[in-house]
Amino acid sequence: MKSNFDLNDMGLGKNHFDVIVVGAGAAGLTAGIYLSRAKVKTLIVNEGAVGGQMVLTHEIANYPGVENISGYQLARNMKSQAIKFGCTIKSNIKITSMQLEGEVKKIVVNDKDEFTAHAVIIATGGRSRTIGAPGEDKFKGKGISYCATCDGDFFQNKEIIVVGGGNSALEEAVSLTNYASNVTIVHQFDHFQALEYYVEEAKNNPKIDFIMESEIVEFNGDEKLKNVIIKNMKTSEINSMNIDGVFIFIGYVPNTNDLDGLINLNEKREIVVDQNMATNIPGIYAAGDSIQKKYRQVTTAVADGTIAALSVSEYINNLKKEFTAAEI
Amino acid sequence: MLNTNLTHVLSKDEHEKLLNENENVMICCGRMGPMCIPVYETMEELESEYDSVKFADMEFDIPDASVIRNLPETNGFAGLPFVVYYKNGKVVEATSSIQSRDQITEILDEHFSSIKVETSIPGIK
Repeated sequence: MKSNFDLNDMGLGKNHFDVIVVGAGAAGLTAGIYLSRAKVKTLIVNEGAVGGQMVLTHEIANYPGVENISGYQLARNMKSQAIKFGCTIKSNIKITSMQLEGEVKKIVVNDKDEFTAHAVIIATGGRSRTIGAPGEDKFKGKGISYCATCDGDFFQNKEIIVVGGGNSALEEAVSLTNYASNVTIVHQFDHFQALEYYVEEAKNNPKIDFIMESEIVEFNGDEKLKNVIIKNMKTSEINSMNIDGVFIFIGYVPNTNDLDGLINLNEKREIVVDQNMATNIPGIYAAGDSIQKKYRQVTTAVADGTIAALSVSEYINNLKKEFTAAEI
Repeated sequence: MLNTNLTHVLSKDEHEKLLNENENVMICCGRMGPMCIPVYETMEELESEYDSVKFADMEFDIPDASVIRNLPETNGFAGLPFVVYYKNGKVVEATSSIQSRDQITEILDEHFSSIKVETSIPGIK
C-alpha cells in the first residue's frame, strides 16, 4: 500500500497540480493561500494583472482589521502570502481552453502550455461593462474613460458625460465636478439605482445635469472624442451632443464567456454553485464575483475563496483515500 | 518613484540616456492607478520574453515627464497610462489608457520583431 499519495506517480508530469485556480482576484488568491498552506499543490492562472477588481479601488476602508489600504497593496499582500505558502502564480497569460469533465482536468494557456489537476476553482471575477456602441473602442483613452480618479484631471473645465445610475456613477459624477465645467448624467432608466444619499448629492450639485431614459448609441470624433449620439429609449428621439469626454460606470459583468457549455450558468451568466461552492461538475468549484450572489465585496469574495478551498481540500483528500484503497 | 519592478526613468536626462543606449524601448508613463498597474505587471512579465527590449516606467506627474506628455504622438490622449514605443530613439507607436497583454505584444511583435525569446513558465520546474 502506498503510504504517500503522489499524483505525479501517475505519469501526469511536472505540470500537474492538485488544484488549479483560475483567477487571481480576492477569491482566487484566498483559495491559493488556504490550499497552499494546507500543502495542496496549487497553481493560480490569471489572464490579467494579479488582484482583479481590487486593483481598481484606490482606497479600501472597510476591510476588517485594516483601517485603510489601497486595493493594489491589499492584492500584493495576498499574492505575497500565497507565494510564501508555496502557491505558483502565473499572471498575464491567455487561457486557450479548459477541459473540466473527467477525473483529470486540463487547462491550456498561451496556445501551448498544458496544466492538469484533479480539481479546479473558477474565480474569474467580473469586468467593467461597456456600452458596446460604435466608436467606444476607438475613443478609449481619447475621451472615453472608465476611471474618474485616473483621468479626471484631463478634463479640467471641459464638458463631460457620466453614463450610469448606480452608486459608482453618481459618486464619480460628483467627484468629476472638481474638474469639469459641466457633468451630464445619462441613464437608461427613469430613476436611479444608487443609494438616496448619492442621488441627493448629485441632484444638489449645480454642475450636474440629467438625461434620463436615454443611452449613448454612437461615439464620434477624429483624433479624440468630440460628439455623441443619444437616443431616448421611450420616444426613440435622437439627439447629437458635442462633448469632451464620457465616463462609463454601468456595472460589471461576470467573466464567464469561456465557460459556455462547460458548466451551469444562470440567466445572468453567473456560475451556479451550492453552499460549498461546488458546481454541477465533480471537482469543479467556483468563487467570487463570477458566481450567482447578491453582494459583491472583497470580503464576500474572500469568504467564497475560503469555502471553495476547504471544499476542494476535502475533495482531494477523498480522492487520495480512494486511490490508496485501490492500490491495496 | 513608481512602485514597480521596472527600470524607472526619473528625469529627461535618464530618458535620453535610455533611448541612446537601447535600440528598442517601451516606456509606460503613468501613476499607480487601476489602468496603469496592469500595464506595469504585463511589462514585468514580458521582460524575460523580449530580452532585446528595454522596459521602463516614468511617473506621469513629474515635470520631466513632459518628454512624453508633450510628444506629438500623445496629443489628444486623455487616459492613463501613456505608453510609448521607441526604435532607435524615434517613436514608432503610442497608446493611451489600459492595454491588454495581447495589445502590447502585438505592437512589440510588429515593431521589435525577431527578438522574442521562448522561455519556460517561471515557477514551473
